[in-house]
Amino acid sequence: MQSYLYFPGCTLRTVAKDYDASAKACARALGFELKEMQEWLCCGAVLSNVEDNLMTKAGPNRILARAQQEGDKLVTLCAGCYNVLKRTDLHAKLASPAQQSINTFNEESYNGGVNVVHFLEVIRDQVGFDAIERAVKVPLKGLRVGAYYGCLLLRPSGEMKFDDPNRPSILENLLMRLGCTPIDYPARTDCCGSYLSVGSAENSQPMSAAIVKSAHSCGAKLLAVGCPLCKYNLESSQIPGAKNTSAEEFLPVVYFTQLLGLALGLRPEELELNMQQMQAIREAQIPTSEGRD
Amino acid sequence: MNIKEIVEKTGKRSDIVFAADHKYLCSEPGQALIKDSIRQHKLDAIVVAACSPAMHEATFKTLAQLSGLNKYNCEIANIREQSSWVHDDPHKATAKAHIIVSEAIEKVKLNEPLQPITVPVTRKVLVIGGGIAGIRASLDVANAGYQVYLVEKSGSIGGRMAQLSETFPTLDCATCILGPLMVEVYRHPNIKLLRLSKVEEVRGYIGNFKVKVRQEPEYVDVAKCNACGECAKVCPAEVPNEFDFGLTWRKTIYTPFAQAVPPAYVLDAKNCLGLLPQACGECQKACDQLGTACMNLDAWPRTHELEVGAIIVSTGYELYDATKLTEYGYGTYPDVMTSIEFERMLSASGPTLGEIKRPSDGRVPREIVFVQCAGQREPETALPYCSKICCMYTARHAMMFKEKVPDGQTYVFYMDIRAGGKGYEEFVKRCQEERGLLYLRGRVAKVYEENGKLIVKGVDTISGKRVQINADLVVLAVGMIPSAGSKELASTLKASLDANGFFSEAHPKLRPLESPTAGIYLAGAGQSPKDIPETVAQASGAASKALDLLSSPTLEREPTVAQVLETCSGCGICIPVCPYDALSLNANTNLAEVSEALCEGCGTCVASCPSSSLSLRNLTDQQMLAMIEAIVA
Repeated sequence: MQSYLYFPGCTLRTVAKDYDASAKACARALGFELKEMQEWLCCGAVLSNVEDNLMTKAGPNRILARAQQEGDKLVTLCAGCYNVLKRTDLHAKLASPAQQSINTFNEESYNGGVNVVHFLEVIRDQVGFDAIERAVKVPLKGLRVGAYYGCLLLRPSGEMKFDDPNRPSILENLLMRLGCTPIDYPARTDCCGSYLSVGSAENSQPMSAAIVKSAHSCGAKLLAVGCPLCKYNLESSQIPGAKNTSAEEFLPVVYFTQLLGLALGLRPEELELNMQQMQAIREAQIPTSEGRD
Repeated sequence: MNIKEIVEKTGKRSDIVFAADHKYLCSEPGQALIKDSIRQHKLDAIVVAACSPAMHEATFKTLAQLSGLNKYNCEIANIREQSSWVHDDPHKATAKAHIIVSEAIEKVKLNEPLQPITVPVTRKVLVIGGGIAGIRASLDVANAGYQVYLVEKSGSIGGRMAQLSETFPTLDCATCILGPLMVEVYRHPNIKLLRLSKVEEVRGYIGNFKVKVRQEPEYVDVAKCNACGECAKVCPAEVPNEFDFGLTWRKTIYTPFAQAVPPAYVLDAKNCLGLLPQACGECQKACDQLGTACMNLDAWPRTHELEVGAIIVSTGYELYDATKLTEYGYGTYPDVMTSIEFERMLSASGPTLGEIKRPSDGRVPREIVFVQCAGQREPETALPYCSKICCMYTARHAMMFKEKVPDGQTYVFYMDIRAGGKGYEEFVKRCQEERGLLYLRGRVAKVYEENGKLIVKGVDTISGKRVQINADLVVLAVGMIPSAGSKELASTLKASLDANGFFSEAHPKLRPLESPTAGIYLAGAGQSPKDIPETVAQASGAASKALDLLSSPTLEREPTVAQVLETCSGCGICIPVCPYDALSLNANTNLAEVSEALCEGCGTCVASCPSSSLSLRNLTDQQMLAMIEAIVA
């Protein structure tokens, strides 16, 4: 079985276990394995743009140095980890004096070379969307999904080179292959508020709420994401009593891997989808004349 | 650096008669010192240790000649740019300068006295590109009495300026001031206009270029066509009109615009239904019926072989592809347009006859957003440079909009206002104040459509607040990029392009009208983004440079060319390596031969010769070895 070296990151071990489980289940169903790195640590969660603060960069460099011993490609799921690790690799390649200091401090040299990819890229480039379409057992017909990208997968676009930062399409392209009807809505690349939700939720909440509102008004019944923090923010702006949304505008939020798993015929338990979520997905699915296969 | 030390050490050499120092050798007293020492010490060669030969080589060589030396017995040792300016350690820099001087001494000892090569000058000029720059340059050269060939790739001259409605800051009607010049070009006895043409091959050198121009089949005889338009009436095929950026349609036989020059119809061979195999031919039938008989659907392309002394490149600009700026939604939302499309809409002869209407539904927009610097000054994602004209035309556009829609509201997003030019700042201020234009300093992050409105999200950095405007129309001031064929043309001309694809000038300050390739002059936006007055000034400047060259029937060329030695066996390896076609095998002796007029003295052939039978005058192998010895000694 083809296997890919995999970096889960802290969130996938805590609040986003469902993301981790569903991605692994999808991988198995598609005939490959996500092989977890033997030893890993926190990526730092954000890549510090402060030039003289090298401490924050020691962690991701150490991760990549260790990954390099196990392989030359590293798959990530969390958009934050993906952003940090991919950019750390790019910066390491520059062989700057700062990089030398980091390497000296780490006592583990990393000078670039690990190809950091997102699970979505594996699905698109290694498996291929055509193969995905062939592997679909339960087409999610009539599911009106708003793909939500957030910032970290796409920006800074010059470094990430993931997709068009303003008009991305990779998630929609995947969702279409699963039988879904992706909904185009203007806020799908807006910022969810990110870590502002930790210290000043009063600022982040309106941002998330505006995204939900935008998707809802364009006809989405469900949001699909690839980032645990985005999911947290989008959900917490909708909890009962939250200021900026109304109950009618409620949109369940799931990981794209969970939808992929359902389409591949996996059971909700394998994807860690709970009863409420399944209920919401079923409600979101507008029956079509073709019905479910 | 310790100049005194260099002078002393050099003066002690047995082969040096006289060594001295002067603070400004290029000054009159400095030059007098050189002149006097040549005479007093009966010098047979001199070395000037000073700045780069790019600065003062000509000054000192001419001085040597005037003082009784052959000017090729003067060498420049560049101890400024190559030593003092680039090194921190004065001791090391001094040592290096001494080596540079010694090396030049070794070279000059073996220099031969040479005489410049005199070649005739073809007193004709080729102008490439028939926009306002090419038009002005052609007229200037032609008015001075010399023959001009004006090559234009499209069906008419006029270029971008013909598409403009008004010009800033005077609000002159663009076509009204351009039209008379176009007519003058057409009527000028010294100008031969080649439309639908492209420069395919350029050989030769300054003063003596041999150029091949390919002219696409004209199908319509320019001399006979009276632009009656009967052909277009019967033409069944319609395609988007590029002159209006697809906002209107045209037939495949058409006139590019009302004032087109030459005033003849053009057949769009790509979209015509009647060519090879002839299936339609309605236009020819209509034309023949009228008795004009100016059409020939069996026409073939022609190649014009021209001989010219100088070439003026005035290839102009295109606009950056706005669909690449995905944040603004151009190409997705019909009501997001570029400023040149808006310009066409403002034009009385444009798609809406000067009325401003939304492309989507034809409604008159009330709220209009102009986005300056769209995709410009963005080194990471789009163009790194400023196109220089957008602040001005955007002010004009906003002002024209208010004139046509008095109750409308304009919003202009800008980074800063660059209105450097005569009357420009006053113009922008007047537009802003008299018309009540709202200028917002900041950039637009995103444009999307919602309920028939374009939602423009941006930031106003003065109030420090994010702003959202629900607009009816968004106009993007996209940047200027070099014309599509620039790269290909540059390689044909052996002229260089800069990092952004514009033609490079020989010197950014002192030789802005010339390409580094001798005999090629630059005019207009093909060299860098510029407005009309600057373009016209540069065109007249380039014309006067060309006229300067043409003013004498002959031209002197450097005699430091390659020569073939007796040991040549005629293997011919050198012939294909020469970039200037200067080498050939002599028909009688079957040995290599150098055309001195063509040779640029680059030395490629010398390096390629397996038997060392080629040598560069005054840069022979012996000289090279002597110089190397001076360096390693």
